[in-house]
Amino acid sequence: MDKNTPVLIVDDYKTMLRIIRNLLKQLDFENVEEATDGSEALAKMRAGNFGLVISDWNMAPMTGLDLLKEVRADARLKNTPFIMITAESKTENVVAAKQAGVSNYIVKPFNAETLREKIEKVMVHA
Amino acid sequence: MPDGIAPANASATPEEARIDAAVRAVLGSMAGDLTATEAALLAELEGLGRTVARAKEEIASLRVDDINISHIPSATDELDAIVGHTAQATNEILDCCEVLEGVAGRVGGGEAEALSGAITRIYEACSFQDITGQRIGKVVTALKAIEARVAQVTERFSAVAAGHSLPASAPPPPKPAAESETEGRRLANGPQLPGAGVSQADIDKLLADFD
Repeated sequence: MDKNTPVLIVDDYKTMLRIIRNLLKQLDFENVEEATDGSEALAKMRAGNFGLVISDWNMAPMTGLDLLKEVRADARLKNTPFIMITAESKTENVVAAKQAGVSNYIVKPFNAETLREKIEKVMVHA
Repeated sequence: MPDGIAPANASATPEEARIDAAVRAVLGSMAGDLTATEAALLAELEGLGRTVARAKEEIASLRVDDINISHIPSATDELDAIVGHTAQATNEILDCCEVLEGVAGRVGGGEAEALSGAITRIYEACSFQDITGQRIGKVVTALKAIEARVAQVTERFSAVAAGHSLPASAPPPPKPAAESETEGRRLANGPQLPGAGVSQADIDKLLADFD
């Protein structure tokens, strides 16, 4: 797993962005950028070259699921590993995310070990 | 006038005057003496009419402005303040954690490991702020819906108290067109109550079933 890969974290709660950034730092991921909703994230992805996206679901104007669909529909971005970290814990949410092509799904509140495990899993398959 | 039917009152409200008129119209249409049962029934009907009229007046005189101008905005402001204060406190905790991470880097060894483990647990615990923020957001949305409904009901009964007929119910607020609502927005329900959502283990199993 290349820990220099640029990671984009997306969440409308600044505190959550900071927590995820710090947890990633503990896992030696230092090349981290942030966005506060799906549309900002999509613009950054189109302008950059991210090796991993970690996104919340419930954001406005563009949700994490809609961002995921846009990413999977984009010829250049479609293979980017995409982890959803969200408080949306209904089965229908997980199924919708999987059908849209999510690489893994973490429900909030989560622990650092779960984050490490899911990142390792999706990066191996990347 | 049969026993139990109150005489017309000069200070009666328009609603009460209508009730009096209705009772008198019924009486005027009856030929001969009223039986005791008919008189009692009329008295009951008049009493019922007055009770309904009083209830309408009480609803109309509710201090809706207190609810709409003061109580609900005040409640939503308080909730916003809770979110703001918890965010501020969480950021201060995170500031301290970042200082401690620097210390852990300098001390090294077992102490650094112990510090690092504790810091990780604090990071994990701080995610409460996101969950509580989303829960409070749901409550604010519910309060605003109540505010709108209370205003609608009191507006209708204020019109009645002023002597107008009951206006037709206002149509419900338009829902966003289904085609304009994305799947992501439609499925965004926020945090579930304990036991209502699926666990991480269940999610892992569900995802594995797809593979």
